[in-house]
Amino acid sequence: MNEEFSVEIVNPEKSFLSKEDVMEVVIPAFEGEMGILKDHISIISFLKPGIIKIFTKSTEEKFYVEDGIVEFKNNNLSILTSSIFNLRDLKKDKLKELLEKAEEDLNKDSNNDQFKYLVDQKIEVLKSIN
Amino acid sequence: MASLDDLKKRIVSVKSTQKITKAMKMVAAAKLRRAQESAEKGRPYSEKMNNIILNLSNGISDTENSPKLLSGTGNDKVHLCVVMTSDRGLCGGFNSNIIKKAKSYFSKILDEGKEIKIITVGSKGNDQLKRVFGEKIIENISFKESKNANYFDADKVGKIVIEKFESGEFDVCTIFYNQFKNVITQIPQAQQIIPLNNEKDENSSEESYEFEPDEDEILSNLLPKNISTQIFKAMLENSASEQGSRMSAMDNATRNAGEMVDKLTIEYNRSRQAAITKELIEIISGAESL
Repeated sequence: MNEEFSVEIVNPEKSFLSKEDVMEVVIPAFEGEMGILKDHISIISFLKPGIIKIFTKSTEEKFYVEDGIVEFKNNNLSILTSSIFNLRDLKKDKLKELLEKAEEDLNKDSNNDQFKYLVDQKIEVLKSIN
Repeated sequence: MASLDDLKKRIVSVKSTQKITKAMKMVAAAKLRRAQESAEKGRPYSEKMNNIILNLSNGISDTENSPKLLSGTGNDKVHLCVVMTSDRGLCGGFNSNIIKKAKSYFSKILDEGKEIKIITVGSKGNDQLKRVFGEKIIENISFKESKNANYFDADKVGKIVIEKFESGEFDVCTIFYNQFKNVITQIPQAQQIIPLNNEKDENSSEESYEFEPDEDEILSNLLPKNISTQIFKAMLENSASEQGSRMSAMDNATRNAGEMVDKLTIEYNRSRQAAITKELIEIISGAESL
């Protein structure tokens, strides 16, 4: 039986990635990590900062995202995000830059708790990449 | 009649103008291709976003408590208009088309006894509007430094709009931009983004989604993003339109300059010949009289 479904990642500038032969996708959904297989129920959810893992039969790709929306419908997974990086292309200095920016955000006291929580998450994920 | 020297000078100056317009046309053509490409690439994002919101708003059971960005404040007393124009001139009717559209909308709103507030994006629009609607302009944003339309800039505009909405400064928000159809046609558009008036799609499937977290939370998180996305889309369309409009304007200018050079050259040759003929007649009649 065919276990593959298609995934598309778009950011505002362009279609970032499109794959037809995906076996499983793990997304950092707002309320915890979520694995999506074929014939998952239709779902709409948010992303928090984290790693998207895309598995095909032979390959595995990882992406770092900061935010986004996920829609799964009819075996089509669409991920809308404004900030996404392929882990393979994410260089050390870029990583450092993101981390510094996040830490700067954390120190602003004008932000509410939810924002702080998200930034905390971001820092944690960025550190784990290192 | 102008002297030969004057004609010569004019021909030279028209020719150098032609060189400039030709170069601008070429630059615009190159930029247009890039702008058009990014406008096309940007479409899937805004379409998908729209789809998701449509599905979500269909799924919302309790319309009374739905977020204000979707259903509006219940009033329509104060209208906020975001007029998006370019930062550079020499692009034909591009800016004046948007301004014309916006002005007719303004006077319609004002005739109904409602209030308007204006945000201009791009300095050209500000220049043209401040003469008549100067006191209505509450903000002027310009992205002269950024080379291409990017999401970051759009997000900035979006945040300003949302901030003002949340502090209750306006009830309805409309954006004005040029939609890119092709190089010679750009259609000025007025698009209402707050409240969102989604026409209910008849054939949209009544499929139920699972939401995580619940609908309301997703919506209230998604709607501000959608506003930035819509503004970004408008910016992309606008930049493609601007280059297209400039290209055809500069093409016309180059052609007109060519015609002018031809006409001036003929005039120059005629008067040169006339001068020669006159001299000949003078010499001949001088010789005859001897």
